[in-house]
Amino acid sequence: MYNIFMENKTQVIVVGGGIAGISAAITVARAGKEVVLIERGSFCGSKNVFGGAIYTRAVKELFPDFEKSAPLERNNIKHQYMLLTQTDATTISHLKKENKSNSYTVIRGKFDRWLAEQAKREGVTIVTETVVEDLIIEDKKIVGIKTELEDYYADIVILADGVNSLLAKKIGLRKDLKPQDVALGVKEVIKISEEKINERFNINTDEGCITEIVGYPMNEMLGLGYIYTNKNSVTIGLGVALDELSEKQLKPYELLDKLKTHPSIEELIKDGELIEYSAHLIPEGGYNKIPKLYDNGVMVIGDAAMLVNNLHWEGTNLAMLSGKYAGETAVEALNKNDFSTDCLKAYKQKLEDSFIMKDLRSYKNLMPSMHKRRKSFTGYYIEKINSFFEMFTSVDGIVKRNKFRNFIKTIFTDRKISELVKDGITGIKLLWEILK
Amino acid sequence: MSINDKLFKVKYVSDNVSHLTPDHEKCKNCIRKTCTFICPAQVWEWDDEKNTLTVNYENCLECGACRVACDMQCIDWKYPKGNKGVTFKQG
Ligand SMILES: Cc1cc2nc3c(=O)[nH]c(=O)nc-3n(C[C@H](O)[C@H](O)[C@H](O)COP(=O)(O)OP(=O)(O)OC[C@H]3O[C@@H](n4cnc5c(N)ncnc54)[C@H](O)[C@@H]3O)c2cc1C
Ligand code: SF4
Ligand code: SF4
Repeated sequence: MYNIFMENKTQVIVVGGGIAGISAAITVARAGKEVVLIERGSFCGSKNVFGGAIYTRAVKELFPDFEKSAPLERNNIKHQYMLLTQTDATTISHLKKENKSNSYTVIRGKFDRWLAEQAKREGVTIVTETVVEDLIIEDKKIVGIKTELEDYYADIVILADGVNSLLAKKIGLRKDLKPQDVALGVKEVIKISEEKINERFNINTDEGCITEIVGYPMNEMLGLGYIYTNKNSVTIGLGVALDELSEKQLKPYELLDKLKTHPSIEELIKDGELIEYSAHLIPEGGYNKIPKLYDNGVMVIGDAAMLVNNLHWEGTNLAMLSGKYAGETAVEALNKNDFSTDCLKAYKQKLEDSFIMKDLRSYKNLMPSMHKRRKSFTGYYIEKINSFFEMFTSVDGIVKRNKFRNFIKTIFTDRKISELVKDGITGIKLLWEILK
Repeated sequence: MSINDKLFKVKYVSDNVSHLTPDHEKCKNCIRKTCTFICPAQVWEWDDEKNTLTVNYENCLECGACRVACDMQCIDWKYPKGNKGVTFKQG
């Protein structure tokens, strides 16, 4: 195997051993090229946090047989949305029993490690416990990296250093993050027995349930809560736009505690034991915040390139595929011995041709519009839906027709009609953007 | 459960120097002190008596929120050295 410590020069260096970095590195190694992946944690996955689900289709692009040997928790067959007010909950649930669904819950500490093992087996040299501190630039081209101990050189450097990407910022590919560009996610993994999970979520062993939570305690903020089921634990967490937490001066773990003590949520996690608490940023800027994706000798992938579709909680699939495309582009560049932007622009083209850029473009106005109308979408309507069900299901001797009429009347009298119209227009506009 | 109890469950190898360095002069003039509430690990605490910011860097979860949200954009924020800092077993 190529020994980085002897010559200090290789063909490709990948910075960051998350899902994006490993995908890029393995793609390069499979083409028979030399690749070194550098990860700052003590093992791949040791610094990484996510909600819970990886998407079968994306993983299969790189690991067609992963279901046979990857450490998977549960196959998500049930998807539920909970609309919460402080006391009430309205739940919409979708179940798909026959076919295997398109996602699995995983534990990143195990899954990223498994990915790294596959990469090693296929020829990637993995160096852990090493922070890349800077990039080496010669004649306007990235030619290597600096670590605490040494400088290493490469024909191409791929940056997969995650949402904070200090390196992409350093070389001017990306502007520094602003609070409105990210959400802060905090989560807890809580140990609960398999039987109890099955019973509480009404699923069988190996079947998983994804719960997305809107409303309380994130009322009127851009934020989403979630519960994922693992084999013997559940993950509960929330992500809230950083600018809103800052504006409202809220402590993220206190919000999470509020969610955990909501009567409908408490039931799902009671008698559980906390195994781990963690936090991580999520890129929220969408299409408008995608940085310059390449320059002479360098490409940026995954969260470092802000490639996340936040409405659908898709990040790992974009990380994987962007890694694959950058890996393929690196191989083409090595074959042509051309590491300039002329050659590396193929990476951007591959992203453009895939669903990644198409989807992100469709949602490009989503965050700005949601931001403007968040008070109604995450506050007012959630309250209204819950009070509708309360009204609809109550047995109180009042003539039903009168109750319904009164309810409908309140929709027009609670708030100004103009607000209602604005919400409607925003809704239609968004739908149009997605469908057009 | 208090935040300290939560952090007690997290695995750390701590360094003897901080990877987080605010510009203490700027902090003295900072009115909102966003770091003191936005941090998910309560790393930043304002010490009224000493009129200074205490940085419990050993508890840092390495998320980056303080760096992005700091009112004065004055935190020199680095990753801990390769073998130091937090290790998530679950993630
Ligand atoms: C709370 C939360 C919930 C989420 N839920 C989901 C979900 O359910 N499904 C989904 O698909 N996506 C989800 N995502 C998004 C998803 O986790 C990310 O998009 C994905 O992990 C990005 O992978 P990455 O490889 O680009 O970055 P990361 O996984 O962050 O990896 C970056 C790696 O680079 C290393 N690194 C950074 N800097 C350096 C350096 N200077 N030197 C050496 N190494 C370095 C880090 O240690 C890390 O290993 C969620 C994210 C969060 C935060
Ligand atoms: S927000 Fe920034 S400037 Fe203000 S106290 Fe915290 S570190 Fe100092
Ligand atoms: S990086 Fe995150 S956990 Fe660490 S001090 Fe900053 S806000 Fe707190």
